[in-house]
Amino acid sequence: MVSKLTDLTISEALDLLNKKEISSVELTKAHLDEMERARFLNAYITETPELALKTAEESDKKRASGATLGRLEGIPIANKDLYCTKGVRTTAASKILSHFVPPYESTVTQQLKDAGTVMLGKVNTDQFAMGGSTMTSYFGVTKNPWADETGAYNLVPGGSSGGSAAAVAAGLCMGATGSDTGGSIRQPASFCGITGIKPTYGRCSRYGIVAFASSLDQAGPMARSVKDCALLLREMAGFDAKDSTVADLPVPDYMQALTGDIKGKKIGIPREYRSKDLNPQVATVWDKGIAYLKDAGAEIVEISMPYTKYALPVYYIVACAEASSNLSRYDGVRYTTRVDGKTLDEMYENTRTDGFGSEVIRRILLGTFVLSAGFYDAYYTRAQKVRRLIYNDFVEAFKSVDAILAPAAPTTALSYEAMKNMSPVDTYLGDVFTTPSSLAGVPSLALPVGLAENGLPVGLQVIGKHFDENTVFQVAQALETAAAFDKKPHYVKG
Amino acid sequence: MSFNEKTIKNIAHLARLRFPEDQEAKFMQDINGILDWVEELKEVDVSQVEPLVSVSPRESAIREDVVTVGGLQAELMANAPESAHGFYVVPKMVE
Repeated sequence: MVSKLTDLTISEALDLLNKKEISSVELTKAHLDEMERARFLNAYITETPELALKTAEESDKKRASGATLGRLEGIPIANKDLYCTKGVRTTAASKILSHFVPPYESTVTQQLKDAGTVMLGKVNTDQFAMGGSTMTSYFGVTKNPWADETGAYNLVPGGSSGGSAAAVAAGLCMGATGSDTGGSIRQPASFCGITGIKPTYGRCSRYGIVAFASSLDQAGPMARSVKDCALLLREMAGFDAKDSTVADLPVPDYMQALTGDIKGKKIGIPREYRSKDLNPQVATVWDKGIAYLKDAGAEIVEISMPYTKYALPVYYIVACAEASSNLSRYDGVRYTTRVDGKTLDEMYENTRTDGFGSEVIRRILLGTFVLSAGFYDAYYTRAQKVRRLIYNDFVEAFKSVDAILAPAAPTTALSYEAMKNMSPVDTYLGDVFTTPSSLAGVPSLALPVGLAENGLPVGLQVIGKHFDENTVFQVAQALETAAAFDKKPHYVKG
Repeated sequence: MSFNEKTIKNIAHLARLRFPEDQEAKFMQDINGILDWVEELKEVDVSQVEPLVSVSPRESAIREDVVTVGGLQAELMANAPESAHGFYVVPKMVE
């Protein structure tokens, strides 16, 4: 036997499966065992071991029979519990959907099934993907598999895709789906020392993903290498008649972008990201990343993106406005939970007040307010106008550079204790470097580049032009090779 | 700030939410904190800027007006908190 099965990357495992050195059942069992050992991390909301083993057995039979195989045949993965999975409970980590069993499958998870993957279960997230820590989950917080300086598991995994990030980092799946509205793939990837990409808005179908903010929500993969993310995204992406915002463009073969050569590529370093919010330990790793790319032959260009500092307030107005509209469907009539009332309105109010957590309620209230008569123009329309200026910042920057390198998050993983005592606005600051690219709709990949002095991983993001995931993967892989980040979380080191 | 007791009652009603007074005060404080923070957007000159509504590259698509999915009544009703004869049941609205 080679190294531990739960330490393999997807591309290594595919190789061993194809050589028949391991079976999908063995690989799946190893992950199910690890999931059981790691229950204290609370990465999964729903485990589906029987379904996983059945799928793995079928996959092994298929391989033995010489039938045509999916490109990810036999690979065990986890799905964020925001993706509707037919016949498997989908909660959005909320009380209001805690018993919801979708009668249909999301397009992205269907495509991953068709590619031969084995679903291990549904992983935790902030409630309705609203948060940066998994602390707003109705099913309890997920623990980061990286321990703090005392060796205790007291750190958040980030969010909202915190269950995905923790599961990938701890070896509880080989890769996972995440979703990113304002940083929900990239910030947890950074906190857990893994890799994740938010592709261009319109690259993946949103059909069957519980909606948060529809002009921003985007599906994406999280895994332990750039190549694995490329392998997963290749299956997740593509046109879908069921989502009118998906681009009708062919999906490039991202594998071909992984040449390792970035000589002559122009990499922009936005000076506005060196703000007061940036922790100096993170800045040090950013400088290292810049040096790695320069040594690999890239040309480093300082750029200015003057509207950067407005991205966060714009994001919270736009996202909450859209959320208040999207979440109006949870009315106690169609989605399993109801709290009775004497009148229809009273039933609505009782159901919604009981079924939503306080962060979700806060965002619905804010969103309803900025869309209400008398305040619409002052808040919502103004935010949409500033959003255009932020978008233009990126269009302008990409006239002179091929990609942008920036920190993914202003800090390393924070402790639950620290986050509990923060005001809502203070917790929102964790998205300061990810919301600009979300508002512009451009692709961005976060990968671990080094450890901070506190021993915790720091991720950087490589941001590219609309629909140019190829350059993002190319630059990210060169950075990955140069950084040679091989540090493992305490949970994995044991 | 414009988010006072009257506003929160009105907004909560619009969103079909209702809370006891102490919670109401907490939400009011939180939202005023957020509204103070977003004030900085007022310093941006947007007089010549069109709102950006969508970054989707695609025009709204038109398709034939035909049923593509159907016959799912039983599956959909399976998630209803209360149903009868294939219909959703809600509290009585008309006396």
